[in-house]
Order: sequence, then structure tokens, then C-alpha cells
Amino acid sequence: MLTLLFDGIAYGMLLFVLAVGLAVTLGLMNFINLAHGAFAMAGGYVTVLLMSRFGVPFLATLPAAFVLTALAGALLERTLYRPMYTKPHLDQVLFSIGLVFMASAAVDYLVGSQQQIVQLPAYLEGRFDLQVVGIGKYRLFIIVLCALLTVALQAVLSRTRFGSRLRASVDDPRVASGLGINVNRVFLLTFTVGSGLAGLGGALGAEVLGLDPSFPLKFMIYFLIVVSVGGTTTITGPLLAALLLGVADVFGKYYVPKLGAFIVYVLMIVILSWRPQGLFGRAATR
Amino acid sequence: MTREDTLTAVRRSLDAATRWRWWEMVLGALAIASWWLVGEHALLANEIAILALFAVSLDLVLGYAGIVSLGHAAFFGLGAYTAALFAKLVTPDPLVGLAAAIAAAAVLGSVSSVLILRGSDLARLMVTLGVALVLYELANKLDWLTGGADGLQGVVMGPLLGRFDFDLYGRTAYGYSLVVLVVCVLIARCVVQSPFGVSLKALRDNRLRAMSIGLSVPWRLAAAYTFAAALAGAAGALLAQTSGFASLDVLDFHRSADVLLVLVIGGTGYLYGGIFGAIAFRLLHDLVSAWTPQYWTFWLGLFLVVLMLIGRDRLVRPWAWWSRS
Repeated sequence: MLTLLFDGIAYGMLLFVLAVGLAVTLGLMNFINLAHGAFAMAGGYVTVLLMSRFGVPFLATLPAAFVLTALAGALLERTLYRPMYTKPHLDQVLFSIGLVFMASAAVDYLVGSQQQIVQLPAYLEGRFDLQVVGIGKYRLFIIVLCALLTVALQAVLSRTRFGSRLRASVDDPRVASGLGINVNRVFLLTFTVGSGLAGLGGALGAEVLGLDPSFPLKFMIYFLIVVSVGGTTTITGPLLAALLLGVADVFGKYYVPKLGAFIVYVLMIVILSWRPQGLFGRAATR
Repeated sequence: MTREDTLTAVRRSLDAATRWRWWEMVLGALAIASWWLVGEHALLANEIAILALFAVSLDLVLGYAGIVSLGHAAFFGLGAYTAALFAKLVTPDPLVGLAAAIAAAAVLGSVSSVLILRGSDLARLMVTLGVALVLYELANKLDWLTGGADGLQGVVMGPLLGRFDFDLYGRTAYGYSLVVLVVCVLIARCVVQSPFGVSLKALRDNRLRAMSIGLSVPWRLAAAYTFAAALAGAAGALLAQTSGFASLDVLDFHRSADVLLVLVIGGTGYLYGGIFGAIAFRLLHDLVSAWTPQYWTFWLGLFLVVLMLIGRDRLVRPWAWWSRS
């Protein structure tokens, strides 16, 4: 029971790190980016390939996954994404689905379609067995790392000058740029960090979620649930939504495996028709 | 200008929109002639007709009502499963099965239309996608009814109108799908050009203004969504009946994404876009997948990205290629 709760929280934290970049992108530029999972997949593959081809230790691949996907994100933002911001939502959806298709097929071509296996270092395997709860070491590692990231993100957002610029741009880009904030640069930075985080999440999650070329499509729906249920105006909203989703998913799969992901989807539909702006979001003003 | 003059002018401009154009006549004649012309490609033509009907139904939601839906396959799949189950459990007559599938999809459409009335584009996207996913999970888990991941097998269709058997070459199948497609498009044309259709366009273009001239927006959206769902159900039923098979594939996300692409290739908001798009998409698909069967989604993705970057309007308006957008 507690073990399940623990696993659910680890899963939720992972989902949060994966999806937080998407939340900011969506809130900031009102851009529906279905290709967010492609960055996560890229991060996962960076880790897997570095470990298997070059023998880099697992921990050292994590920063590499972050940096490489962040660079890829920055490059794509400057070249492809920027012209799409002003287009209608339909165009954005199709554009990002196209990116997902390309990423999946490219990975399939370059690496192959089989499931990739991450060989965790010995000190992260196994579990602490306490009286009431078994704690997987790797799960614990994920939770600690993601919690640290969350605290850091929250601190950046609420304490630094960049954070207040970002919040201003999310609230109203036009007024923000009128105040001399370079919204485009804020957005570029955010997009870069967001894709980097997705890459890191993908690298961390490769062992838990599985990694193959269909990853972006498979988990796209989960990221979108986190963002749409959590709302895009805060960072705590997506966090709570991710935890809720993670716990609900793990419990659902354990206790009523016949229903599978059914519960999660129905819950999402109910929540969204009850509060279309998300559980923790403010009503959209524009 | 007196009041009478204005009224006549308005009436004339509204009438002009409903008149039959020459190219519509040509299209109709081509559709009828195609039954004799397809020869051995009847199976492919059948698929195109089904895809076209599916895309036309999405056009009613997207091009006329302005709702971005990522889960239109829900209705397609429900139609397919209903038709297949109906043939297996109740009666093998195709037309009755078609009616049952349309009814089932329409019911689902009217129920789920409640969900799409509120919220932003993102919420609506998620809810439509969610409905399709729920149906997918249901079809997957209720394996005593639907056959689960193996698909629903052992569907035997009776002859059409008690006379025409479904043959191996798909001649009957194509004729059947073609007739249903033409009838559905004719009905959709009437609906779209009725005052109801005009009001749909009004609320697509500016919902606030449409509301302030006294149009009831929720009711209209719900009606359009239900009607489109019924057409999508018909398309699904055609697929299940002509192939004698229904599998999870009919509810897959790929199907919703593909039909969006079909519609975008053909152009939204003028009813025939789905038909042109289906022909182009299917031929493109066959061409590219014959060349590189495993990685054709890469080229599909590239096509989408490039198309969206240069603007999708330009595909259907070649004369706008050289002007600045």
C-alpha cells in the first residue's frame, strides 16, 4: 500500500519534470506543443547511447541529456517554432504532430525500433525494506532529484529577476513587452530550459517508463493531462496534477488492472468539463 | 437604396451560394463514372471513399463549427464496431447495420457534445482525445465482446439489398461506399447551405458577435457535432462492413491525426476538401510507402511541418504562392 503510494509519487514527480516545460510554453505563448515528448525521448536516447556505446557512467549522462536536448530545443525554437506562434491552434497541433512523426521515424531509422534498456549502476538497484514500506533506491533517487529541481524552479520563478519577467510575460505578453521585457528572449530561454528538463526527465524515466521510438506519442497524452488539469498559470498546479496522475495511475494499474488507463482518462474528462481552465488554474482572461 | 432593394440583394447573394456550380456537376459525374473506371483498383477506391466520408464529417466540426478535434476516430470506431457487432449478433443485412451504426455514433456525439461546449482549445482538444482514448480502452478490455487486441473476427455480411454479394474484388463494396458517400455529401450540402449552416459559419468566425445577434451557440455546436458524429459513424460502418473486420486500429490516435491531415491537404470549410484530400492523401501514402515502407511517417511528418510553416492555405490556393501572407 505505502509502497504503491511511494511508486506513484516517484512516477508523478517524473511526469512533472517531463511536463513542466510544456506548461510554461503553453502558458507563455499559448502554443500547443504536442512534440514535447520528442525532447524527452531525445534525452532518453542520449543517456542510453552514451552508456552503451561510450561506457559513460549513468550519473554523468544525466547532465549531458539535459544540455544536448536544451541545445536542440533552442535551435528548433529559433528556426521552426517561432513562426508558428501566431498561427491558429489547428496549425500548431498539426505542426507539432509532424515533428513527432519525424522524430519517431528518425530514431527508428538510426537506432532501431526495439525497447532500450538502461543498465542502472549497482548502488541504485535494489530497495530498502522497512517494516511497512519497500522503497526502491532508484525511485528514491528520482524523488529526491525531482524535488530538488522543483524547489530550484520555484525559487527561480519567485525570487529572481528572470522569474518575475517570466511571470509577467505569462500574464500578459503585450504589456510585458511594453515594459521593456524582451518577451522573445524570455521565451527562448524558457523553451531551452523546458526542453532540457524534458530531456532530463526522459533520461531518468527511461528505466521506469520504457524507451522506444513510440515514446512521444505514448506519453504525449500524459503530459497534456498534467498541463491541462494542472493549469498553466502556476508551477504548483502541474506539480499537484502530476502527483495525482502518477498515484492514480499506479493504484489503478495495481488494483483494477482490467480497467487499465480507463480511470485516468475518465477522470480527466470529468475534471476538464467541470473546470476547463484546469483544477488549479485561473480562468483565462484573454 | 430602399428596403426592398436591400432584401432582394441579400436574398440573391444567399441564393447564389446554394446554386450548383459546374465543377460540382463534373465531380458528381466523375464519381458515378468512377465505378466503371476503377477496374481492379476497386479496393483502393473503396478505402478512398470511406476516408473521404470521414474527412467530410470532420470538416463539419472543424471547418464549419471551428472545433479542433483530436478524437474524431471515436465516432468512426464506434460506427465500425457497432456495424460489425450488429452483423454478427443481430442481422447480417448491411443497410440495417449502417443505420444502427449511424444511430450509435449520433448518440455518442450528442452526449459528448456537452463536453466540448466549454473551455479553451486545449481543454477541447484534451476532451475529444480523451473520449477516443476511453473508447479505445473499452474496446481493448471488453474482449468478450470486441475480441480485444485480436480484433472482431467472424463477421459475415449479407448481400446488399438481398441481391448484391460483397465480392473479393470490392466492386460491390466500392459501389456501396460511393452511394453512401454521395448521399451523405448531398445531405451535408443541404445542411451547410441552410440557415443553420450559415449560422455555424457565423459563430466559427466570431462567437461573440454570433451570440450578440441572438444565435444560440451551445445548441448549434451540439447539433453540428452530433451530425458530424453520425457521418463519421457511417464511414466507420462502411469500413467494417466492406472489410468484414473491426480491430482496435479503427479507434487509434493515428486515425484521428490522419483525417486531420487529409482535411488540411484538401482545405477546410468548403465540404469537398475531404474528398480531394482523401484522394491526394491515399495516393501520396501509397507512393511514399512503396518507396520506403518502414519510415514513411518521417516524410509525412516533414510534409506536415513544411506545409504548416509555409501556410496551409497556399496548398488549395496556388495563385497565392507568390504573394506575401
